[in-house]
Amino acid sequence: MERRRTIRLTVNGIRYEREVEVRKTLADFLRYDLGLKGTHVGCEHGVCGACTVMLGDASVRSCILYAVQADGQEVLTVEGLSSPEGPLHPLQQAFHEHHGLQCGFCTPGFLMSALELLAEKQNPGEEEIREALSGNLCRCTGYEGIVEAVRAADRTWDRG
Amino acid sequence: MKPAPFEYAAPENVEEVLELLGEHGEEAKVLAGGQSLGPLLNMRLATPGVLVDINRVEGLSYLRSGDDVLAVGALARQRSIERSISIPRRWPLLHQAAPYIGHVAIRNRGTICGSLAHADPAAELPAVAVALGARLRIRSARGGREVEAGDFFVNYMTTDLAPDELLVEARFPPLPPRTGTSWKEVARRHGDFALVGVAAVVTLARDGRCERVRLVYTGVAPTPFEAGDAEEMLSGESPTRELFGEAAERAARDCEPGSDVHASAAYRRHLVRVLTKRALGEAVRRAREEG
Repeated sequence: MERRRTIRLTVNGIRYEREVEVRKTLADFLRYDLGLKGTHVGCEHGVCGACTVMLGDASVRSCILYAVQADGQEVLTVEGLSSPEGPLHPLQQAFHEHHGLQCGFCTPGFLMSALELLAEKQNPGEEEIREALSGNLCRCTGYEGIVEAVRAADRTWDRG
Repeated sequence: MKPAPFEYAAPENVEEVLELLGEHGEEAKVLAGGQSLGPLLNMRLATPGVLVDINRVEGLSYLRSGDDVLAVGALARQRSIERSISIPRRWPLLHQAAPYIGHVAIRNRGTICGSLAHADPAAELPAVAVALGARLRIRSARGGREVEAGDFFVNYMTTDLAPDELLVEARFPPLPPRTGTSWKEVARRHGDFALVGVAAVVTLARDGRCERVRLVYTGVAPTPFEAGDAEEMLSGESPTRELFGEAAERAARDCEPGSDVHASAAYRRHLVRVLTKRALGEAVRRAREEG
């Protein structure tokens, strides 16, 4: 048993080894230890979805997971969707074109939830999209554009 | 917000888990999915001295459907209910309730047994487990035992589990022939805690009368609430809308909802009436389709 632990994990394709306090959330680890501030911290109790990242193949709330729990696993954050040189990921491009972001705070979480939905399913209906995104809150109430963006990304994303 | 400092252990087998729980007792908390525990820790409503993370324990993630039982290991995620081939057909109530458990990212991580052990009266799985007559396998360094779901939930977020015990498996029996089930709930946002939820399990006799009915609710009592009087009234009777209405009245009369910022007790009773009728109607229809 310990209060600090050394963890090894892969984030956006890069391997890291870090010593962390065991009570550090994965969200804080990504933001403060790795400097990946695209993952946002909103409610910090699993309601708002702003901290959503992919852990392995599944979306998770990184604010209610500890960094030590990601030891040995792969994490994908919004920074891993495309490289700084571009091009944008089809989802990012669609959010850009269909006004899927307003202030942008919730956007990384929406992108990761939408990524999971579209990776699992082609041509989802509007109800399915809304249900898949129901765990992400947009305080600007911009849902129409977000749903439209996910539909557009579904059409443009070549999963092959 | 950060959790208060704690010691962390990630044992690799059940024996080590039980040893740690035996050693630390009340001070220790089991971390499985962490989707309920995480918020409690972040808000410092819980400040355990030791977290025993069972995610590294081999062989607890199973969801095994045999002829006579569905066995759910302590680490089986809630999302696995949605992905299973056999569950929709043979344990349809689990499949019907699953999409209402939090959101996808929550279900990806949250475990079925964890939800039972956490025993939130607003949660879906405890009510489902009671309605299906699940049996819960419990282990500690002292030995093992089995408890019926109906006896497991003691009070608000309190179960029959002793501090040194681990819920290692939930066992769901198959449904009898000519049985239909339904899950209905009302929540402010899809995936949020329901104001009221109801599980209905109806078995029809060959002549079409109700042979056995179970009605179990969330959100109207400190534990899953079984409307015994309504169930009894329906058994032996031919299912009709009038009868469903009468059963709904009895369930609404007998339950003990509280008032909070989300809904008044009167509104929760109203929801019990409405949802009981809907759930019974759907369960009976499905039981008839079962032939």
